Amino acid sequence: MRHVLSALVQNVPGVLSQISGMLASRGYNIDSLAVGETEDANVSRMTFVVVGDDQVLDQVRKQLEKIVTVIRVDDISAQDHVERDLMLLKVNASAGGQRSEIRELVDVFRGRIVDVGHNEVMIEISGRETKIEAFIERMRPYGITELVRTGRIAMVRQGKSDDESSDKPRRDGTIRKYVK
Amino acid sequence: MATADKATDTQLMNGADILVKSLVDHDVEVLFAYPGGASMPLHQALTRCSDRLRTILPRHEQGGGFAAQGYARTTGKPGVCMATSGPGATNLVTAIADAKLDSIPIIAITGQVPTGVIGTDAFQETPIVEVCRGITKHHYLVTDINDLPRVMKEAFHVATTGRPGPVLVDMPKDIQNETCVPDWDVEMDLPGYFVEQRRAQPEQIKQLAAAIKLAKRPLIYAGGGIIGSNASGELRELVDKTGMPVTMTVMGLGAFPNEDSLSMDMLGMHGSVYANWAVRDCDLLIGLGVRFDDRVTGKLEAFAKHAKIVHVDIDPSEINKNKPAHLPIVSDVKFALQELNKIIKPKDDIAGWVEQCQTWKKENPYKYDESFDGITQQHAIAELSKLTQDRKTIVSVGVGQHQMWGAQYYKFRIPRTFLSSSGLGTMGFGLPAAMGAQAAHPDALVIDIDGDGSLQMNIQELACCHCENLPVKVLLLNNQHLGMVVQWEDRFYASNRAHTYLGPTHHAEARGKGGSSYAEERYPDFVSIAKGYGVAAVTVKEKADLLPALEEMINHDGAYVLDVEVPYQEHVLPMIPSGRTVDDMITE
Repeated sequence: MRHVLSALVQNVPGVLSQISGMLASRGYNIDSLAVGETEDANVSRMTFVVVGDDQVLDQVRKQLEKIVTVIRVDDISAQDHVERDLMLLKVNASAGGQRSEIRELVDVFRGRIVDVGHNEVMIEISGRETKIEAFIERMRPYGITELVRTGRIAMVRQGKSDDESSDKPRRDGTIRKYVK
Repeated sequence: MATADKATDTQLMNGADILVKSLVDHDVEVLFAYPGGASMPLHQALTRCSDRLRTILPRHEQGGGFAAQGYARTTGKPGVCMATSGPGATNLVTAIADAKLDSIPIIAITGQVPTGVIGTDAFQETPIVEVCRGITKHHYLVTDINDLPRVMKEAFHVATTGRPGPVLVDMPKDIQNETCVPDWDVEMDLPGYFVEQRRAQPEQIKQLAAAIKLAKRPLIYAGGGIIGSNASGELRELVDKTGMPVTMTVMGLGAFPNEDSLSMDMLGMHGSVYANWAVRDCDLLIGLGVRFDDRVTGKLEAFAKHAKIVHVDIDPSEINKNKPAHLPIVSDVKFALQELNKIIKPKDDIAGWVEQCQTWKKENPYKYDESFDGITQQHAIAELSKLTQDRKTIVSVGVGQHQMWGAQYYKFRIPRTFLSSSGLGTMGFGLPAAMGAQAAHPDALVIDIDGDGSLQMNIQELACCHCENLPVKVLLLNNQHLGMVVQWEDRFYASNRAHTYLGPTHHAEARGKGGSSYAEERYPDFVSIAKGYGVAAVTVKEKADLLPALEEMINHDGAYVLDVEVPYQEHVLPMIPSGRTVDDMITE
C-alpha cells in the first residue's frame, strides 16, 4: 500500500536530517519526500510517500510524532485529497516537425515549454504521478537529455468530514491536536 | 531576599553562568563533569556555584554519563553530565544511547568549538548533535545566548516528562563567554510535544477492568515504566485487590517485591521457569510500562499465544510495535493504575491459577550446584542478598552472566534499587552507575556486582570513588572470561573459544583447553590495581571465607573491591535461546 503522509514540523535546523535519519535507521521505505515552508514561517511542511502495510504506516507515523520538533502528522491518502508532482525535463527537439509534435503533446498534458534551445526544449509539467509517468513515456522516443522531479506534495480538500477526521481519537485513545 | 533575587535577575550574565544557574534552579545537586578546552568557562562557572551544586570529576566521560544515570535511576530526578567538545562529547555517546534505550532522564551538556569555526574541522570539533540525533530524546545546539534559558527549561521538561530520556545541550565556547540579561520567565516553545494528553480514557479503563473480570488466568507483566512513573504503590494496590500474579522485566525488578508469594520474578530469556510458564499459559497478559523486547518475548508469535494482550505504555510508538495488543492503552501507567484501582472488583475465581503458579514456583526455583566446593557466582549473590536485606541497599551490575545472576538471585524489595544497563547492555555500566547512586544516597550501601570483563571497561572510576569519597563496594565475580559469550560458545559454537579469555593468550584457557574450574594463573591483579587507586581490596576463593569477606566489605568505611575467584564453567539458567519459545527452554 502507498500512503501520503503530511507532517508539520518546527522550522529549526536539523529537523530534516533527524527525520530522514530516523526513517533510514528504522528501515522504512520512502518513495518521495518534499519539504517547504508554510503560511507560518515557524512551521514547515514535509510530505512523504511511504510504501508499506497499515502496521508499517502506523509505526512510521508514531515514530515521526515522537520527534519533538514534529508538530503533527496526517495520513492524507486516507482522505479526499489533491496530490501533485512537479517536473522539469529537457528533450531533443531540433527545429521542424519534431518540435511541433512535442508542443502538441505538451498541450495535451497541460505542460509548458519554458525554454527553447538550439536543439532541445525544456518542459515544465505538474500533476499526479501517473500523468507525469505517462508524459515521460511519451517523451522517451525523442530522447530525454535531463529530467528533474520534486517530491510529492499533497493537500486535503475541504469536505464534509473536514476537521473531525484528523483530530478524532485513535484506536489507542490518543489524540494529536495542533492549535496555532 | 526578594530584592536581592530581583537584582540578580536583571544582571548581565555569561552563557556559562546562565547554564549553571539553570541547573541550580532545576534542583540539580550534583553533576558529573570532565573538563576540556571547550568547556572551561562552564567549569569556571561551576566553581562559583560550588556551595549549591557539587561537581564530581569522573575519570572518563563515559563514567560521568553512567554516573548521571545512576543518580537518575535511583532518584527519579534528571542526572546531569558534562564533557568538552570532540572526544569528550563522543565519549558520552554510549551513555546517552544507553539512557535512551532504558528511558532514563539525563541532561548531557557538551562544550563545542566557537560558532565561528563550527564546520571547519576545528581542533576537537565533532558534530555531536548530528551524531546523537537518533539516540537522544531531544537535542540542542545553542547558537544564540538569548535562547539559553528557554533551551534549558525545555531540556529538563522533555527529559523528565512523558517517556523519559536523554537530552543533549551542545554549548559553543563563544556562547559560554557571551553575556546577556537572561529572561528566566521565557516560555517553552514545544508545539509538537504533547505529553499531557497521554492519559487513559475512562472507557479504556472500563474495558481493562472487564478484561480482568473475564480472565481465568491473568498475569501482570511489569516493566521499567512502573518504576519510571513511581507506580509500584499502585501496582501493589491492584495486586492486593485482585490477587493476580506479577512477573517483571529486568527493568521492572523492584517494582514488586521478589519475596511476595505472588511474585513470579523475572521473565524472558533468563527469566524463571515459572514466569515463562505463566506467560505461556495465561489467558490475559497485562503489560504495564513494557515494550515486548526480544529478550523478553523470544519468538513473538509464540509469546503468550493463548492470551489477550493488554498493553499500557506512555509511548504510542511502543503499542503494536512488536506484539499486537488486543487492548492498547496509551497512558502514564501510574494514572491508568490509579483509575483502574478505583473501579476494579476483587477476583475470587483465580485461586486455581494462582495455586498453579505457586506450585510451579516451588517446584522449579532458580537453582545452581550448591555442592560445588568453591564459590559460585550464584552463591555469592544469594549470600550478599541475605546479608543486606535489612538495610538500604542499591545494587548495580555490569553486563553479562553476573548481571543475570544479580537479577535472579538478589531479592529486590523496593523500586530504584537495581541499576542495570538493560536495553543497550553496556559493559562497564556497573561501577560508574554505583558511583552516581552513592552520590545521590550517601547513607545507602551501594554495591556494584560486576564481572572482570565489565569492571575493566570503566575501572578508572575507582579513582573517582576514592577521591570523591564515594564508598562504593565492588563485588567482583572474577572468572577471567567473558562469561556470557563463553556460555554461548559452549551452547552454540562447540566451546570454541573466540577471544573470550581475558588472560594472556598463551594460557591454555585462551584456546579452551583449561584444566580446572579456575584459570591457572590469575590476571590481572585486581587487588593491586584497587590498592593503586587507594581502594581497599581482598581476594577470596574458599567457600568458608566468603561470608566474613562480604561482611568486611559491607562494613568497610570507604570504597572496596572484593575479588571473588569463581569458576568459568557456570551457565546462566534457565535460558530460552534467542528467537525461540518457552518450549525450547534450557534448564540444565
